[in-house]
Amino acid sequence: MNTDLYKYTLRLADNSLILGHRLSEYISCGPFLEEDLALTNTGLDLLGQAEALLKYAAEQNGTVDEDYLAFGREEYEYANFHLVEYPNEDYGYLITRQFLMDVFNVVNYTLLKDSKDAMIASIAAKSLKEVTYHLRRSSEWMIRLGDGTQESHDKIQECVNHLWMYTDEMFDLDEVHERLQKEGIASDLSVIKKQWHAKVDEVFEIATIIKPELPKYSLVYGKDGGHTDFMGYLLAEMQFLKNRFPKEVW
Amino acid sequence: MAHELENEDPIKLAEFQAKIDAEIKIEPKDWMPEAYRQNLIRQISQHAHSEVIGMQPEGNWVSRAPSLRSKKILMAKIQDEAGHGLYLYCAAETLGVSRDQYIQWLHEGKAKYASVFNYPSPTWADMGAIGWLVDGAAIVNQVSLQRTSYGPYARAMVRICMEESFHQRQGYEIMARLMEGSEAQRKMAQDALDRWWWPSLMMFGPHDSDSAHSSQSMKWKIKRESNDDLRQQFIDKTIPQAELIGLKVPDENAKWNAETNHYETSDIDWDEFWNVIKGNGPCNRHRLAHHIKAHKDGEWVRAAAQAFAMKQNNKLKIA
Repeated sequence: MNTDLYKYTLRLADNSLILGHRLSEYISCGPFLEEDLALTNTGLDLLGQAEALLKYAAEQNGTVDEDYLAFGREEYEYANFHLVEYPNEDYGYLITRQFLMDVFNVVNYTLLKDSKDAMIASIAAKSLKEVTYHLRRSSEWMIRLGDGTQESHDKIQECVNHLWMYTDEMFDLDEVHERLQKEGIASDLSVIKKQWHAKVDEVFEIATIIKPELPKYSLVYGKDGGHTDFMGYLLAEMQFLKNRFPKEVW
Repeated sequence: MAHELENEDPIKLAEFQAKIDAEIKIEPKDWMPEAYRQNLIRQISQHAHSEVIGMQPEGNWVSRAPSLRSKKILMAKIQDEAGHGLYLYCAAETLGVSRDQYIQWLHEGKAKYASVFNYPSPTWADMGAIGWLVDGAAIVNQVSLQRTSYGPYARAMVRICMEESFHQRQGYEIMARLMEGSEAQRKMAQDALDRWWWPSLMMFGPHDSDSAHSSQSMKWKIKRESNDDLRQQFIDKTIPQAELIGLKVPDENAKWNAETNHYETSDIDWDEFWNVIKGNGPCNRHRLAHHIKAHKDGEWVRAAAQAFAMKQNNKLKIA
């Protein structure tokens, strides 16, 4: 097994899995019915992407299936960004988290559709259509909330300020990524960083949101298996039946 | 209602009834007796609220669904319910009442939703039982409502029925899988059937003789079949489905009657039925409180969207 490729596949998969899970938690809590529908739809897209990627990871692993990877791993074996495990504190946090991740997904999948790994390229091409729509929606909400009322502006600015510390991780180049980038399998993180900032700047300007300038935080990144306090509770819930009935099929 | 009808123009009333009798759909701009409009406002909004409140007991398990497939299916199903709520609010709005008003009436306790959603969903098997029994009972009712006399309601039902039949099959599949599984899983499935059987039968409402709205609704073809007839259709369809996968309905008196070609069952505990309707079910307070909280939490978002839309509108006017 190419362990670099396996880790990279899980990083992609887990971002979608955990963000999709967070959206599933918010069902029936939306500000109005249409938004509830749209958020569930986004969550479903993300879970579909996670499923395709986890299947690919399971194939590489050879001893487990995608459900084991989704529901059976230890916390340190999940490789998602801290950003996506951040809880649904309110709609402002939810949509800010979504926007920051949607920009990353669009930029990343745009590059990955030309990956030299055929499976990654094909999943990226399919996912790109979905995340492009997600980004359109979340950008529109950032603009509406940023340029809506004074209350919504202040609130969304606060959400951006608080979530910003988790964005560094997106552009952190480690050895796994570097090797795959050289092979033409992983996307070029320096390109991603540039394009991500350009898009975020563009939306923030229209939304009258000020981009925070925060110091780099001392975090053990999610993609290396280090997680926030929020992750344990998320997994306790998501893995509940698997933990309670390890051998049962559902 | 009879009193209100006396105030209506008798000629218009006769023409209206003639249309109904000729199976011509009543459309929003057509003349209709006020009592007919009020009856539909009550029924369609109750139906819409039921779809939306019904998202909660299933939402309770979406974060604990045991496989990627089951999580996706459950999310898609809840999303369908939200969509049904939307069609129905749209149909209800054609009667001249806004969605905001309907939601306010729900929050004030003036509008109801299906009482069945006031029961809890403590295990994964409840996701099976709700789909199989609650959606199964809803389909029987909704298939009948596809022929209801009010056009927008009938058309909404056609779309809804297509999706509900998937839900019922998905629910039954969950139960069937559990029955093929371990002893703990089989026990879970039987327990869920035990808890949801009677509330599902109650979904069809009181006996025809005790139903306040039934006779006029039948005359106006808002309802096409009686509560008891629809309930019997559901019983006849569901008991064999239960037996097929090794489940037993929680009624010692349930047996096939070859003469009537129907199953016989015990009578429903109507005290429980009325008690839950009056607000004393296990989850009444929680279900409504959850909806009120979500609505209140979203106030700043709706206000921002409205303020932004107005700004855009003003910009267009200036340009």
